[in-house]
Amino acid sequence: MAVRPPANGSGADPQAQFPLVLGLDTFGDRNADSDGKPVSHAQTIRNVVEQGVLAEQVGVDFFGIGEHHTGYFPMPAGDVALAAIAARTTRIRLGSAVTVLSSDDPVRVFQRYSTLNAISGGRAEVILGRGSSIESFPLFGFDLAEYEQLFEEKAALFAELLKGEPVTWQGSTRAPLHDQDVVPHLESGPFPAWVGVGGSPQSVIRAARLGFGLTLAIIGGRPARFALFSELYQQALAKFGRPPMAVAVHSPGHVAATDEQAHEEFWPRWRDTIALVAEERGFAIPDEKQFRWDTGPEGSLYVGSPETVARKIAANLRALGASRFDLKFGMPGLTQQSVLTSIELYGQQVMPRVHELVR
Amino acid sequence: MHEAETGLPRLGVLGAGHVGPVIARLAIRAGYPVAIAGAGDPADLSLITELLVPGAQPRWATDAVADADVVVLAIPLHRFLTVDPAALQGKLVIDAMNYWPSGDGVLSDFADTAAGSSEIVAARLARSAVVKTLNHIGYHELEDNARPAGTPDRRAAGIAGDDAAAVRGVAGIIDRIGYDPVLLGNLSAGRVLQPGGPVFGAVLTAPEFEQAIRAAKPAGDLPSGATLPAVGARPGARSGQGG
Repeated sequence: MAVRPPANGSGADPQAQFPLVLGLDTFGDRNADSDGKPVSHAQTIRNVVEQGVLAEQVGVDFFGIGEHHTGYFPMPAGDVALAAIAARTTRIRLGSAVTVLSSDDPVRVFQRYSTLNAISGGRAEVILGRGSSIESFPLFGFDLAEYEQLFEEKAALFAELLKGEPVTWQGSTRAPLHDQDVVPHLESGPFPAWVGVGGSPQSVIRAARLGFGLTLAIIGGRPARFALFSELYQQALAKFGRPPMAVAVHSPGHVAATDEQAHEEFWPRWRDTIALVAEERGFAIPDEKQFRWDTGPEGSLYVGSPETVARKIAANLRALGASRFDLKFGMPGLTQQSVLTSIELYGQQVMPRVHELVR
Repeated sequence: MHEAETGLPRLGVLGAGHVGPVIARLAIRAGYPVAIAGAGDPADLSLITELLVPGAQPRWATDAVADADVVVLAIPLHRFLTVDPAALQGKLVIDAMNYWPSGDGVLSDFADTAAGSSEIVAARLARSAVVKTLNHIGYHELEDNARPAGTPDRRAAGIAGDDAAAVRGVAGIIDRIGYDPVLLGNLSAGRVLQPGGPVFGAVLTAPEFEQAIRAAKPAGDLPSGATLPAVGARPGARSGQGG
């Protein structure tokens, strides 16, 4: 990372003081074999571990696993897979992307990621989400109508737990804690915690208030519209008496040798996956015209050759005042081979190029 | 405040989440005086409005509603059930909400009926004129797709309501904030705008929009009381767009 002058005054880019971080995220996308037949959930999870190990080998900074509970994303316990990756790596940072905190217990989340932090020698992170993927609510007996209050309370408790001292807490979403020592203790201060935000400005304010990093999850529309969120976050941090903090972007994509090959591999899997979500949520299934716009310079999908993807990442980091980009790679139905190639190209070609472009 | 200058109705937007600020911003740009309210203290909204909706007034919900000519409901439907109907009495109400069991949980008021969500909303707001619109456009593209009247490929917004004057008023607002209004008829005809319907989340021009509704609705499939839109049944373009 090039050394840049620190921010001075409100006009300076507040992100200039943060190192450029380029990561990869997965939801445990269920692979297909070379005949297009889905592999088992167990094989998919073993594949994710291999993906994480490869990500370190090709120089990726961060590997994140997002909690999901469906047949096409069979990844409800990503922290277990992260622990397996931790045992086989030494440098790459490992975290959730995201943890659906609203339907989890903040104490358990802290314990699991503090354990991962121990196993990995201090490489754990967590991205907390309110839950746009909501299968976990009925599964664990939470009322979706309460998701806002659930997240608000639990995020505040999580911020307390991260301080690493005995916690006294009372609320309506879990049993009270009185001067509770929560183990395992942190070895060297709190691990990084972020909040994943999909478009609610109130969530941006909350991240600032609680002192969490901001991850902008951008999966549709024009990424540039989130620039104001990034500014809102920095202004809110200032208002709460906190220093500027890093902003990250999370978006889906796929890298292949050429734009054509990337499109060819990704589009049918994207269409099929979005169709499943569209059916649940009742919106229209995107057509190929929409897909071409999404993958074009204005859209929020990063699908193409290393050069195409690198240019788009660099442009949007700049536009969004962000210093970190996590590419959500893979898609249900892609083969493990094509996913591994995508990871390799990301680490070996996209990342160096992004560094060049933003320098 | 600038209502004296514009002569336009005052909008009170309820909801400061994904949707409310975007509608408020479009309305401000079109020249409307706008107040916006979240669930709580307007002081908590000051940063959001200053930066995301400059020109809008953050207010307590009761105040935003009391002073508004038009109230925009952009809150989760489960929260609507806690809104006091008396507060909205006599108002023109734009219902931009959706019943979304996968996002809101199952709400028996809306689940145990064939009626559309806006019909349930209207039944609760018996003394308001409820108009359904904007619910079918994704918040992430609501602003990007807004265009001045007369722009080729301008996107359509469906409008449904039982009060003809209210529908006309809302059509004027929709046109002014950047969409071609397509009048669908009464509120029950607005069921086609709901999740799972032929135009929900689809980016369509007015002719495409009307075609999509026709194609998806063979006669036997029509909800009772629904009327198919007449092609071209939308008000003429207004002058003085944007700003």
